[in-house]
Formats: sequence, structure tokens, C-alpha cells
Amino acid sequence: MTKRKFGLALSMVLAASTILGACGSDKEEGNGSKDGEKKASDFSVAMVTDVGGVDDKSFNQSAWEGIKKFGEENNLTKGDGGFDYLQSKSDADYNTNLNKLMRRDFDLVFGIGFMMEESINEIATQQEDKHLAIIDAVVKQPNVASVLFKEQEGAYLAGVAAALMSKSKKIGFVGGMEIPVIERFEAGFLEGVKAVDPSITVDVKYTGAFDKAELGKTTANLMYSSGVDIIFHAAGGTGNGVFSEAKELKTKDPNANVWVIGVDADQYDEGAVGKTNVTLTSVLKGVSIAVQNISKLAQEGKFPGGETFTYGLAEDGMGLADSRGALPDDVLAQIDEYSKKIISGEIVVPETVE
Amino acid sequence: MSNRIINLLVPVVSVILGLLVGAVVMLVSGYDPIEGYAALWDGIFGDAYTIGETIRQITPYILAGLAVAFAFRTGLFNIGVEGQLIVGWFAAAYVGIAVDLPKIIHLPLAILAAAAAGALWGFIPGLLKARFKVHEVIVTIMMNYVALHTVNALIRTVSDGGDNTGKIHPSASLRSDFLENMTDFSRLHYGIIIALAMVLVMWLILEKTTKGFELKSVGLNHHASEYAGMNVNKNIILAMSISGAFAGLGGAMEALGTFEFISVKGGFTGIGFDGIAVALLGANTPLGVIFGAVLFGSLKYGATNMPNAAQIPEEIVSIIIAIIIFFVASGYVIRLFIERLSKKKEAK
Repeated sequence: MTKRKFGLALSMVLAASTILGACGSDKEEGNGSKDGEKKASDFSVAMVTDVGGVDDKSFNQSAWEGIKKFGEENNLTKGDGGFDYLQSKSDADYNTNLNKLMRRDFDLVFGIGFMMEESINEIATQQEDKHLAIIDAVVKQPNVASVLFKEQEGAYLAGVAAALMSKSKKIGFVGGMEIPVIERFEAGFLEGVKAVDPSITVDVKYTGAFDKAELGKTTANLMYSSGVDIIFHAAGGTGNGVFSEAKELKTKDPNANVWVIGVDADQYDEGAVGKTNVTLTSVLKGVSIAVQNISKLAQEGKFPGGETFTYGLAEDGMGLADSRGALPDDVLAQIDEYSKKIISGEIVVPETVE
Repeated sequence: MSNRIINLLVPVVSVILGLLVGAVVMLVSGYDPIEGYAALWDGIFGDAYTIGETIRQITPYILAGLAVAFAFRTGLFNIGVEGQLIVGWFAAAYVGIAVDLPKIIHLPLAILAAAAAGALWGFIPGLLKARFKVHEVIVTIMMNYVALHTVNALIRTVSDGGDNTGKIHPSASLRSDFLENMTDFSRLHYGIIIALAMVLVMWLILEKTTKGFELKSVGLNHHASEYAGMNVNKNIILAMSISGAFAGLGGAMEALGTFEFISVKGGFTGIGFDGIAVALLGANTPLGVIFGAVLFGSLKYGATNMPNAAQIPEEIVSIIIAIIIFFVASGYVIRLFIERLSKKKEAK
């Protein structure tokens, strides 16, 4: 009796393993046909997100949109030989995700975010014939292109806008981690506020994470209840919590004077409350443009390995998003003046908080 | 059916059930389960690179699992493995950077530093439990946060306000060109040998020493142990320290092998918390922990290939992996079911 049952169990296991085995061969066939369809002349590009994920509504998302746009312009399809992305769930995934994309023979692989600096450096030395690019950090390897932004210039304009619009004369800044990129945002923002009205206080808080919306929400709650009326967030996914807090306050009291300044991408859609909106404006960071530019260069065979690009106001790499009426014309005119002064070099915005 | 066959059958049936329900999830959400599982399989055993990375992922899981299991066997619930692992990670990285010694001294020193840091982080809750009867669950949970933020602050101090300590000296590294070349540049390192050695150490302590017998007996019934003349408080402190040392070694694996540095963390690594599941899956035995860690590590690492090769979104993959682990963990129900089934048949 027992023996027969054991035999049955054994045969079940065997059957399962044959089914699983069959999966393996299926997969290979699938790959073969895909490779056959691949056009020979095509250029392919892919990116690895940091832990914020591809739908963080700011940094990673805007890089992915750049890659999608580049793909569409060149009639590429998502997947092997076209364009694709992989998301990282923890910092242990950076190396493996970058390597996975290399193995799929993408011609150019982007690492999005300063956190990938070490990983890109390591892989660039291991695989010298591959092309890599990194955003927000500099990796000095002949096969890596680096992209930096003058975040302080965009944030300066946001500071000007906030200072001109604040009624309570109290403004908030919510940062992600205390890293040079975010500190540039902070420095520029403080400087911009100071340029308009030095008596305004700016409450600066770092949440220590880019992927914790709940932390952003409690921080925003503390700030708004202490009288702050405008918060600029430079905190990726954590900043989504700032938006949800502002929206909650606005839903409770439609006349509440609460505003959020978005970051990296135009976050207008994030701030919609019924017919009104809590988004004052957004500091645009041209990650999408930078990604497209480098992809184009690489496609033309002019991959700028070893070079560092810096995008600021003058290069259209930074700027403010359309406020859709939230900022009146006279404020916009003043912002425009400051912007011209920065471009001409009359105002030099510091990179660090003094 | 004999007990032995049931013992074999339970995990097999649970894994198959988990895979089946996972397949249903993929079907319902519009993805091809065969392609998905093929991607999972390839992600674990596909080539030398993935095998190397899978073993790399399993290594800290073994140590985290041992830490939880050891405390469990002595009647303590160590939720602080995460924090002990983080301090161990920092200690190993710091020793790896701060001093310059020949490899034969440097590497063991860095590993010992990690174990000592982890042990210290386990010692504190042990002491509080023994002296003031503060429940170790609460203390260890809080110690996790203390560890995370203290280590972040220390990294900033060490790196002059930076967010990364920079690479450790090669003399402290567990990595080797030999392993790298063998596995096509994966991050496989010699840590797996340390992890397996620790499995043996835990078995030796628990089964072959008087102290181990005392520790287990305190775990089973501390009143009886006290009556028998054992020093319960001393044993609690010792158990938490050893548990913490295992966890600290897990951190050394990350510091000296996988990353070769430590950077400011926005949140927990998750390895310590997964260690709880690893220990429970392995029934808190040293050998069981290996199996638990292999299952957990393989699934965790292999799953990252599912979005890569089969275009299944990250979120669905997380659900599938959770379902598989859930079924494995609910082996008790499946055992009950099999036993009842066989009894019914025998009655007929």
C-alpha cells in the first residue's frame, strides 16, 4: 500500500519536472524567433531605475519617458533590440540589473541616480567594450558618459516664486537623502527665497529616503500645521506624500492656502483636487532631454565616453513648469528676469548651503 | 504512509501548490505562466553568472536564518537581526578601510569585528531581558532603528559628510578573481564557506556542548532549568550575543563580499526580517536553515529575471513569490491533509 503511494508520489514529481523541463526549451525557441525578427541596423538602449521605481512620478519616470520618446522617434519596440528598463528593489540589485541588460546586448545602458555610481564603476572596468551612462554622478571611465544638472539654478527660480507667493512668510523644503544632488536643490531654493525677501523663514527637513511617501506626508503635516503655506519637495517618491497631505488639507477646506512645488518632472497631475490644484509649479530637471541627447550621440557612433555633461538653465536642462495660472503674470515676469540674470552669469547660484 | 514519506512529500506538494496558484495569478493578469516560470528558472540556474549571484544572495540569508533560529531554540525571539546585520556590515567595512594589513590578518580581523559588533547589538537586549525582564521583541525592534540611524551617521563621519565609505582594501575582501572568472563576473565570494561553517558551528554548540544543552533547556522551560541549577540570566545574555554574532557575520558578507563598501541607507535591507522566515521554514534546525535560505535566496534573486525575460511587472512577481513561500510555510496544513487522505484510504 505504502509502496504504491510512494510510487505515485515519485511519478508526480517526475511529471512535474518534465513539465518544468519543457518550459526551458519553449523559452529558447521563443528567444530564437525574436532574434530573427531583430533588425540589423537598429540601435538599442535601456535603463536601470534606482529604488524609487519607474513610476515615481519624477526622476526615474522622466528618464524612462526620455528613453520611450527616443525609441518612438526611431521606431524601436519595447524589449530586446529596442528599448527597455529594469527596476531595482534594493541596492543589491543595481549590479545584477545592469549586468542583465548588458547580457541582452543593449548598445547603451543608463544607470539612473547617484546610488549607482559604484556599480557602474565596477561594471565599466569589467566590461570595457560596453557603453554605459550615469545620471547625477560622475564615473571616470572611458566607456561611461556622466550627466550632472545645475539643480540649484532651477531651485533658485522656485525659491523666487515661493517667496513672492507666500502669505505666511513661512516656506518649507522637504528633501530626500542628504546627498549632493538634493543639497544643490536646497542651496538654490534658499538663495532664491533670500533674494526676494531675506525675512522669510524656510523650514528645511530631510526625510532620509526617496521611497517613503508616508514619511513625506507626516513631514508635510508638521510643516503645514506650523504655518508653512508653500512646500518645495526634492524627495522623489517620498514627495508624493507631501502632495497627498496638501490635497487632504485642500479637500477639507477649499480655501486653505497650501501649495506644493514639484520636482524633476511636471507634477501638475499629482496635485489635482477636484477642479482646483495644489501644484504651484514644478522644478523641471531635463533628465529626459539628457537621456535622449546621449542616446542620439551614441546612435550616431559618437558615444561621449569619459565625458561629463552639465545641464543648467542656459542649456535648457533646468527650468520651471507651466503653472497653469497659479502664478500671476507679474510674478512670472520677475522669475523671467532672475532667469535671464542666471543665464547671463550675473547671478551665480551656490551649490552648497552656506 | 510512513512518517518519512510524509516528511518528504509535504515540502514537494507545498512547492507544487505554490507554483500552481502563482500560475493562476499570472494567467488572470494576462501573462504566460510557462514563460514566467522559465524566466524564474533561468534567473536561478540559467548560466554560471546567475548561479554565482544566486549563491551570493543565499549566503547572508543562511547567516540571518541561523541568528533567528539560534535565538528561537533558546526561547528568544530575535527580531533585531536586521540591526545586528547592519552594525556588522559597518564594522567589517570600517576595518576593511581603516587599516592596512596582510590578508591573512586583515580578512579574519574584519570578519571578527563584524561578529563582535553584531554580538554587542544582541548583548544589549539580552542584558535588558535578563536584568529587567524587558521583552526582547520590543528592544530588538527598537535597536534596529538605532542601528540604522547610528550607522548612517557613522558613515557620514567616516567619509567626511559623504554617503559612501568607498571600497575596502583588497586585503579584506572575500571576493577573488578565481570565483569571478569562473562565474562570468558575478559577485560570488568565499563568504558561502563561512556561512556553511557557521551552520556546523551552530549544530556543534547546540548538540555537542554542555552549554548548548543548557541553552536549549532554558528555551524549553526556564523554570525547570533554574530548578536544575542553571543560571538562566547568563544563558539568555549568551544566547542573544551568539545570535547577534551570526547576524553580524551576515553583515560581513555584504561588507566584504557583495558590496565591498557601505553606503547611507534609506531603509532596512530586509535580509534580517527575511531571516525570520528562513528560520521558520527550516524548523529552526541548522540544516533546515540551509534549505530555507536556498529557497528564499533563489526565489528572491531568480524573481528579478521575471520582469527582465518575461516582461512580467515587478508587482505581480512579488505576489507570486509571496504565494510560493506562503504555501511552503503552511506545510502543516498540507501535512494534515495528506495524513487524513491516507487514513481514509486505509479505512476503506
